[in-house]
Amino acid sequence: MTFNPDDILFWQWGLLKLNATLIFTWVVMAIILCFTWLATRRLTSGTHPSRWQTFMEMVVSLIRDQIREVSHEDPGPYQSFIGALFLFIAVANLLTIIPGYRPPTGSLSTTTALAICVFLAVPLYGIQSQGLVNYLRQYTRPSMFMLPFNIIGEISRTIALAVRLFGNMMSGTVVVAVLISITPFLFPIVLQLLGLLTGMIQAYIFAILAMVYISSALVARKGNEAPTTITTNSQTTSNQTTNSSTINTTTKTTTNSSDANSPTQSGGQ
Amino acid sequence: MQDISWIATVSIITAGLTIAIGSIGPAFGEARALAQALSAIAQQPDEANTITRTLFVGLAMIESTAIYCFVVTMILLFANPFWNHFVSQAGG
Repeated sequence: MTFNPDDILFWQWGLLKLNATLIFTWVVMAIILCFTWLATRRLTSGTHPSRWQTFMEMVVSLIRDQIREVSHEDPGPYQSFIGALFLFIAVANLLTIIPGYRPPTGSLSTTTALAICVFLAVPLYGIQSQGLVNYLRQYTRPSMFMLPFNIIGEISRTIALAVRLFGNMMSGTVVVAVLISITPFLFPIVLQLLGLLTGMIQAYIFAILAMVYISSALVARKGNEAPTTITTNSQTTSNQTTNSSTINTTTKTTTNSSDANSPTQSGGQ
Repeated sequence: MQDISWIATVSIITAGLTIAIGSIGPAFGEARALAQALSAIAQQPDEANTITRTLFVGLAMIESTAIYCFVVTMILLFANPFWNHFVSQAGG
């Protein structure tokens, strides 16, 4: 029983090895490329776009909306990176319904590579947005004393990103393999379904965490000004509209935006 | 007992203990997070999107501790370096 797709060799010539991770990564890449090429071949801005174009627009606008909600910024510079991460992991995980396919995300090499991409993208976007000196100064933000802890945090969250995706995908394979040897037929299928759900959630989480890390490198400059006030305002307005029947709503919401829960609680009682 | 059977015994028992103890904490944490998120959604259905997204990200963070324990268990069971070392010594 081999759990690591790195160990499944298809072809070997000296030090050159073609293992399952590489092959299936290429398969995933080819599928994504062919699909997007087919879908974007005939783009129209008319009133009757094709089904493919509608689907691709849906995917792209979903990614853009999620990025905008997480970072409160224009998703333009980030959507290619975040979208590529999400689409690759999602397709790699979804293809597990095909028998004989081993998800490349179940190999620590792939997930480490993806995590290193995020690790490198964070300072790149950070420097691009606020300059080298300001970005480096961010590491000593509360005080100089915190410098080593910030660096350790940067590294440990990269490792956590890699191990989380790897552990989730590998655990799916292992649990199904163990269950097949104990109770064949029904239970492995149920867990395979659960694995599909887990795969999608992990792809989503990987992309969202990458965006959170990137936006944490950006936010330091405009920190507490624009984004938070916008969100608190929208929260209070939504509370006002939902609980317009309660009496104290306006006074409470104007006092402090941080206890935005209180009008709702009073409305519930 | 020989060295190698000691290693096997200790590895298997430690693997079981690792995943048993290591999954209790995250289970409690995820249960608390989910309960809080559900009550928050019940109070503020408008904010369900934000709460759900934050919940997913938080659950992934909490879950990663359990995943670490699982990875350690798998290493102990299937890719144990000490076991491999002694087996290769006995073989060669």
